[in-house]
Amino acid sequence: MSSTLIIDSLRKQISSCEAQLKDLRRQLAEAEQLRRQKQEKERLGETTVANDPLDHDMNYGIADAFRSEVYAALSPLAEENVMRRSWPLEKAEYKRYGRQLIMPEIGLQGQLRLKNASVLIVGVGGLGCPAAAYLAGAGVGKIGIIDGDVVEESNLHRQILHSTSRVGMSKVESAMVFLSSLNPNVQLTPHPSRLTPETAIPTMKDYDLVLDCTDTPASRYLISDTCILLSKPLVSASALRIDGQLVVLNNPPLPPGDPKGGPCYRCVFPKPPPPESVVSCGDGGILGPVVGVMGVLQALEALKVLTRTPEPPSLTIFSAHANPMFRTIRLRSRKPKCAACSSSATVTAEALTSGSLDYVQFCGAVNPVEALRPSERISAENYAKVRMGVNPFTGSENRREGHVLVDVRERVQFGICKLEGSVNVPFSEVARTPVTTTAAEVAQMPNRLDGDGDDRKEANAKESWVDELRRNPDKPIFVVCRLGNDSQVTVQKMKQLGLDNGGKRWIGDIKGGLRAWRESVDLEFPDY
Amino acid sequence: MSETKDGDTIPITVEFTGGLEMLFSNQRKHELKLPAKDESEEPANIAFLVRYLCENVMKDPRKDLFVLDDSVRPGILVLINDADWELEGEDMYEIQRRDNILFVSTLHGG
Ligand SMILES: [Zn+2]
Repeated sequence: MSSTLIIDSLRKQISSCEAQLKDLRRQLAEAEQLRRQKQEKERLGETTVANDPLDHDMNYGIADAFRSEVYAALSPLAEENVMRRSWPLEKAEYKRYGRQLIMPEIGLQGQLRLKNASVLIVGVGGLGCPAAAYLAGAGVGKIGIIDGDVVEESNLHRQILHSTSRVGMSKVESAMVFLSSLNPNVQLTPHPSRLTPETAIPTMKDYDLVLDCTDTPASRYLISDTCILLSKPLVSASALRIDGQLVVLNNPPLPPGDPKGGPCYRCVFPKPPPPESVVSCGDGGILGPVVGVMGVLQALEALKVLTRTPEPPSLTIFSAHANPMFRTIRLRSRKPKCAACSSSATVTAEALTSGSLDYVQFCGAVNPVEALRPSERISAENYAKVRMGVNPFTGSENRREGHVLVDVRERVQFGICKLEGSVNVPFSEVARTPVTTTAAEVAQMPNRLDGDGDDRKEANAKESWVDELRRNPDKPIFVVCRLGNDSQVTVQKMKQLGLDNGGKRWIGDIKGGLRAWRESVDLEFPDY
Repeated sequence: MSETKDGDTIPITVEFTGGLEMLFSNQRKHELKLPAKDESEEPANIAFLVRYLCENVMKDPRKDLFVLDDSVRPGILVLINDADWELEGEDMYEIQRRDNILFVSTLHGG
């Protein structure tokens, strides 16, 4: 059955590639044909002008008084030749862009502005993919794309330029394939590497407008600073889970120190957020259409920046489950003491290119958790032996049900897959439990929270996991999570809560979490 | 939570977004009756609201994900009736009846 499916799918892929090839050959033939026609016309044009019989008539047969008038009337024809009058757009472009061209918001002038514009898209992920597609579709003349990553399977639910067959290809290359087939008129420039402080200025200097489609605070500060130094407007967006944010910065892009210029990222966020508060899409999750909507809005703002006069700065926030889903908030103007865009700016081109501005250090990083001693940790292989009823250290037989396995992933993840027999205590609940809570304090709690049923219920729920684990004071506790960080923090917290009975009960974590379990014990355990 | 007479409180709406709601019982919108005067009998301002939220509304012990050095932590925008608080006097802004105060945590994913 499955081999039939594979064969069918391969057949389909082959016929789709053949169709693509055919289309490319047709495009090539068309392009060659066009070039031939053009050359032919140019050749004919030259001769027609030279042999134009009216030339002589006009020079000799027209009275001086009329001559200039006649010349004026004929000159456009003489210059452009009736047969090959040059229109501002190519013939195919009128058709291709017709639906936006007829709108007063764009018109011929707007379309020409787009055609003459160059836009750099930093990051072709969830935001950059839809943004690039719409800008290429709209006929932006030059589009640069920069990204250092390769396409992964987990990108495909939202990064619409990439495809299953291009997993493993660089994102920039994959995006080029899609965009060049979408609109061959667009001149695409690939930058297949990560933007760094040293490369930012040379990479960004030739573009009119920059789209920040990246996913870290460090890159957001770097891009904004560079846009200020180069006087480029910046369209910045971000998304996580079901929320998105959008802001147009440095618009108008006036020099640093000019208070009439649009605010920059540092004006709005002078200090980076603490690294532990930064959640990535990989950890927090992201819904495809949510990040898609934000990327599409970036393309929309880009079209507005390129074709209209700037509007006062605002922040648009989107939340899929809110009503209304969109909210637009008036933003501040430039901050008088901004480190990047004020007259007292400390961010300079020299500082940037010399590498003395360390954005990663500025934003901080969450260090890998190394909270536990080796004796408090067990490898996935050894834990597998424990589950088989064998003590991995002494080789002696244990009672199978002689331990508790606590999985501290959030409930949804626990619902996706779990080790048999594990109990779920979400890490958010662990984190929420006050460490100072002693038995005596718990006893006092109902008094303190008297009159607030919700509070008491919640407090009780929080305590219940601790109580639950107190119930079997002799069974060792193994803690597991997705990657082996939260599990360490949990082990520490459990000890602070006194669950180890003053050291009599072993509490430890499974090194490397469920990822290590999959890699060294059970290859079939789902990887999400 | 000390009981206050209705006349001594200001009805306001406080909203959290960008993940901050997780620190506030996973609830985005809170209708509050904020004491009209702060600890030193001054009219309630944003700084007082932030303290009040920490002490009375936030159940999560990770206060540092909301405040840092007695102010809203970096990476959180405070919006007063849909305008950046910078336009309204930041944490000195005196809260009015039926004000809408929105705390937005910036997102970084993309
Ligand atoms: Zn600035």
